Amino acid sequence: MRMQNLLLLLAFVGLVSLSLWWPVRQGADGFAGTDGQATEEITRLKPEYEPWVQPLWQPPGAQVESLLFSVQAALGAGLLGYLLGVMRQRSKDAEP
Amino acid sequence: MHIAEGFLPPAHAAGWAALALPFVAVGLGSIKRILRQHPECKPLLGVAGAYAFVLSALKLPSVTGSSSHPTGVGMGALLIGPAAMGVLGMVVLLFQALLLAHGGLSTLGANVISMAVVGPWVAFAVFRLLRPWSFRTAVFLSAALGNLATYLTTATQLALAFPDPHSGWVGAFAKFAGIYALTQVPLAVGEGVLSVLVVNVLLAHNAPQLRGLSEGGRLA
Repeated sequence: MRMQNLLLLLAFVGLVSLSLWWPVRQGADGFAGTDGQATEEITRLKPEYEPWVQPLWQPPGAQVESLLFSVQAALGAGLLGYLLGVMRQRSKDAEP
Repeated sequence: MHIAEGFLPPAHAAGWAALALPFVAVGLGSIKRILRQHPECKPLLGVAGAYAFVLSALKLPSVTGSSSHPTGVGMGALLIGPAAMGVLGMVVLLFQALLLAHGGLSTLGANVISMAVVGPWVAFAVFRLLRPWSFRTAVFLSAALGNLATYLTTATQLALAFPDPHSGWVGAFAKFAGIYALTQVPLAVGEGVLSVLVVNVLLAHNAPQLRGLSEGGRLA
């Protein structure tokens, strides 16, 4: 099981690394998000469309946005780690 | 899959919200039932929510030179059932809409349908179908296909709202699906791999709550 988990982790890291290396070699830059591309496609299909609501609040700048994304990831990862620890300890305590 | 704030016409936005509402209500009922009847499963609810929270914060590069993100709702659907993921997915979407201007309140209903309803239910169905054949393949494919299903739903929602002037809905769907699909395939594979890893870790800790999962049923 340890071995399988190690291989799975390597597969994931390999997949992301390949995705970073290959497009750059092909001359791609920026790694634009698909959600943004979809919004651009909307303005191509219907140039007169105006969004009828604006976000209540927008992160001031890309730096703050990436900060908030990392906060989201950190909160989730922290909770995940805590719960795994709790479950591990509980199953240990349950052993005779 | 986050349709940006204001980027669905009011009628569409309202329609998807009305459709999403019963799923969220049923999800709340399901979470209450889990907490009452299976209090030992409480940590699993947290794991499912936390996993979706982490994964949907990761904007991963794809071989197409674009980036997009996993959703993390597929694995949760296996742990605690697809209905409860309707609520947990919505919480993630709300966080991103309010704090990150990623998605939006007007498009929340549409985004809940794609990420918190279609994704989890597809993942759950795939798992149920493939479970007798191979447990880990079932986990892998359910997370991967749940992810793809979410993005195809978004493409459908956008196509219905913005049909192509010449080729109509079908043409618009091809365009939107074209933006998402290719980029999403490697990310879906990645989400599948990660989900098997996390399920392995959960099973290794021999969490008694998970016996139902490995023995072929959902637990709650």
